[in-house]
Amino acid sequence: MATCRLDRHVALPNGSPQMDLGWLSGLAYGDTGWGDELLRGALLTLSISGCSYLLGLILGLIGAAAKSSRSRFARTLAWFYTTIVRAVPELLLILLIYYTSTSALRQVIVGLGIAQDFEVNGFVAACLSLGFVQGAYSTEVFRGAISAVARGQREAAAALGLSRRHTWWLVIFPQMLQRALPGLGNLWLVVLKESALISVVGFSELLFTAKMAGGASHNYLFFFLTVAIAYLVLSVASARIFEVIERHIGRHERAQG
Amino acid sequence: MDSGFIALLAEKLVEGLKTTLLLMAICGVFGNLLAVPIAFARISPRSSLRKPAYIFILVLRGTPVLVQLYLFYYGLGEILSRTPSLRHSMLWPYLRSAFGYAALALTLNTAAYCAEIWRGALEGLPKGQVEAAKSLGLKPWQFRLLVILPQAFRNALPALSGQNVLLLKATSLASTITIFEVMGAANLVRSQTFRVYESLFGAALVYVALTVAITFMFSLVERWVNKPYRH
Repeated sequence: MATCRLDRHVALPNGSPQMDLGWLSGLAYGDTGWGDELLRGALLTLSISGCSYLLGLILGLIGAAAKSSRSRFARTLAWFYTTIVRAVPELLLILLIYYTSTSALRQVIVGLGIAQDFEVNGFVAACLSLGFVQGAYSTEVFRGAISAVARGQREAAAALGLSRRHTWWLVIFPQMLQRALPGLGNLWLVVLKESALISVVGFSELLFTAKMAGGASHNYLFFFLTVAIAYLVLSVASARIFEVIERHIGRHERAQG
Repeated sequence: MDSGFIALLAEKLVEGLKTTLLLMAICGVFGNLLAVPIAFARISPRSSLRKPAYIFILVLRGTPVLVQLYLFYYGLGEILSRTPSLRHSMLWPYLRSAFGYAALALTLNTAAYCAEIWRGALEGLPKGQVEAAKSLGLKPWQFRLLVILPQAFRNALPALSGQNVLLLKATSLASTITIFEVMGAANLVRSQTFRVYESLFGAALVYVALTVAITFMFSLVERWVNKPYRH
């Protein structure tokens, strides 16, 4: 995409006709190609994935806290949440939440008198639905990580006279985070790919844009191959980044071992 | 809720269930079977086998299933429709059916994910097993089939169970390429009657039931496989 952009900038000042990009012309920047639309789609994909991932992490922390809580009600609620989300297809949940969140959220906000009229935009609805699904998976990752923190740590904190809150934030949480990191890295890869499902409701992220481009140019294969490569590059790059973070955070343990 | 609506929803969901089960069965059988040779290729010392398997797994796991589905249905369909000899042949109606493309895409996707599970299970086996099998004079294919595979299967089972549930959920994506499986049927009822909640909840119930069934079947297999190890 970057090269196409360069070509055009080089070609225009000379007043010469736009360079012929051959079979890549579908990716040209501007009116003639889909380069800028696809780039915008890719940015939307990244921002939707990012927001849903963050929402998922928050829901996951709450869910994991509920699962290890003393309240039976909280435990049951968290169990239902994770079980249902893992048993029902993401596409179905996303359709359900996407369609209902737009109307339900609006009713709540108008009903409470916060605003006269409120339109939930597609971006928020997309993040809500993807984040809800992510939250269930994050819950499991965090729960596993919490139970992986050695029992002795909890006992040691109690022996030091730390309060429940201090035990959680100073002792359990940091160790839990390190153990959760591999799982959290996987979840980012999952949400990156799952964000493609939002294209089904007509939200113009990367895949939807490619479908539009393919339909308009009668060249589906080219555009779907392009986005497949884009997703692959994003996945491989993020996997590398998580690898580096994991190595950085685990450096103390390696030094000791 | 009136009984007429429930009857309509139930009828459509049962119709969709047949398609879902067929798709699930085809992709489940072929995907799981294909995964084993790919996993062996992935850990092979010969790079001519290892590299293609590595790229296959990387690409299929690194891109969304929906993109793969579209790539086969729209992309491959486009190439085939431009080939006149196929376009006007007797095979064309079959080549144009969305079901075939969905089955192909989901089979390959499942094969890639399961191959990675098998790889973990194969590499997790103690080295002594291979050495013991070799010292008994077993041929390479014999010790792979009789010694390595059964033990790896036992290790891989829990993850394979989860992967097959994911496959079930992925079959719902076939609704986006005009296949009326459970999800597609629910969408049809939703658009005909404008009853969003009832139709989607109906489909969700079917999926929960199927997930429970798959998990239960795998737990039976797990118990059967682990029988010799119980004391």
